[in-house]
Amino acid sequence: MILRIDFEKRLGEFSLKMKSEISGERIGIFGASGSGKSTLVHLISGLLHPDSGELYLDDACLYSGRKSINLSPEQRRIALVFQQAMLFPHLGVKANLLYGYKRCKPENRKITPEELTKVLNLEHLLDRGVGNLSGGEKQRVALGRAVLANPQLLVMDEPLSALDDSLRYQIIPYLRSVSEEFRIPYLFISHSITEMQLMTDKVLVVQDGMISGVSTPDELARANMALSPHGYLNLLRLKNPVMQEGLFHYPWGNGNLIVSYGRLEGESLFELSSRDIILFKKNPEAISARNLIECRVAEIFDSGGRKGVVLESGNQQLIAEIVHTAAEELQISPGTTLFAAVKASSFRRLG
Amino acid sequence: MNLSPSDIEAIVLSMKIAVSATLISLPFGFGVAGLLVFGKFRGKVLLEVLVNLPLTLPPVVIGYFLLLLLGKHGWAGSVLRTMGIEIIFTWKAAVIASATVGFPLLVRSIRLGMESIDRQLLQASRSLGAPWHDTLATIVLPLSFRGMLAGSSLMFARSLGEFGATIIVAGNIPGVTQTIPLAIYEYASSPTGTSMALSLCLVSVVLSIAILFVHEGIGKKLEHGRGS
Repeated sequence: MILRIDFEKRLGEFSLKMKSEISGERIGIFGASGSGKSTLVHLISGLLHPDSGELYLDDACLYSGRKSINLSPEQRRIALVFQQAMLFPHLGVKANLLYGYKRCKPENRKITPEELTKVLNLEHLLDRGVGNLSGGEKQRVALGRAVLANPQLLVMDEPLSALDDSLRYQIIPYLRSVSEEFRIPYLFISHSITEMQLMTDKVLVVQDGMISGVSTPDELARANMALSPHGYLNLLRLKNPVMQEGLFHYPWGNGNLIVSYGRLEGESLFELSSRDIILFKKNPEAISARNLIECRVAEIFDSGGRKGVVLESGNQQLIAEIVHTAAEELQISPGTTLFAAVKASSFRRLG
Repeated sequence: MNLSPSDIEAIVLSMKIAVSATLISLPFGFGVAGLLVFGKFRGKVLLEVLVNLPLTLPPVVIGYFLLLLLGKHGWAGSVLRTMGIEIIFTWKAAVIASATVGFPLLVRSIRLGMESIDRQLLQASRSLGAPWHDTLATIVLPLSFRGMLAGSSLMFARSLGEFGATIIVAGNIPGVTQTIPLAIYEYASSPTGTSMALSLCLVSVVLSIAILFVHEGIGKKLEHGRGS
């Protein structure tokens, strides 16, 4: 998918002026609240009209002030998923799911209700009313409803913000599997860098009604390392642990990562803050931290007065955060070998 | 309690007029409420004032305007006359009078219902491929149902009690345009009509209470139904 944006919109005091071209299947729109993310979503989906400019999705012109083109929301085939599920309260789960499907031209129907209910694990909910679904189930139905409309583009406007942490990471695999299985490109709007890292390949950064840049989720996370209260969050997908003395030993890099709160079955997602990694120049003989990993420094970067150190072990990477003076004392440069100490309890399991 | 055959006629006629006025007004009420809630156009305030005017104007004044409009020399009256339709001093005039007077109540209730619909539901519907008229029919209409029901019952009750505008455009002809309030008025002006008037008053009270019960009951039921 290629999205070409070049438009302006004034809404009272707020003015939005955006110009960008971005291609990819998993695109993030990142910005603080009030930055203009939601206005951008409305403009792309046709719920708001720009004052002037142009908007193209692939080769199709969705809006052009010059050519007097302005496709209505239903003509754009851009389905929305909101923060709240926004299920139609007077319809049951099945009717909600089929709302867009029924309105989709038969030649555009590539995804069938049967396939979708299987992927999203909705079979047992079909005959329910929407009033007695849990928050996560509601959001899954809302996602299914949008996907079944067989849209050209799926726009998810902070779809995880209303869910609590444990639910959030239960929904993410569904979001990912839906886009992978059915090959629907999506825009994922969020103010969470972790969500950007998990859900997107490229990110449009929105600030004060402007697009301040296009970056990758990793660049974004690195740039925000010093500003974010948790530093850079390393996301690790680990599996096949061995239990030893009450701790989970996961194979990682050239050795193991020892984690306090793991899970034996399946793959688990962990986050580890860049601030929870302590670096040693030489091997300290004994420390209380359970992980002492010998790594090679692959890269050093600056972020808001701090240094980010990219550590490599095998083909895996971790980012640690240190202050400038520490970097000088450790005499770090790419290629040096360091020892990284991490407490087993510093790994937080997300899902 | 004793009701004469003409009283029964008045009760039946009242019901017929109130039901007709309510049913005829419903689509217009839905349309106007929709315009006021979702429309973006110049002169919205003017429309709002016009719709609510019957609430504050004396019904007699409304009746008089309707008489001017629908009478022999009135603009609408002369058009209808060429089509062979006579309005003034028929039960149809009473329906129009009731509809005009009750309309703001209907619009207000429907509007309250519509305003409580989350805009994102409408946006979701549009983004799922529904043109605006489809969204209106499949989302706004069913979700305004409660407001429409509440508005209808209020308007029905208001129509049953309509007096001032009706007596001017429809007169007070027993068996033709004499509704419950008009019959009570006639009894009240005769020295021997007290008990007859009281009987009809009682009918009025019973009907009003019944409508209010229905109004509350259906409201509760819908509220309950929505939760499940």
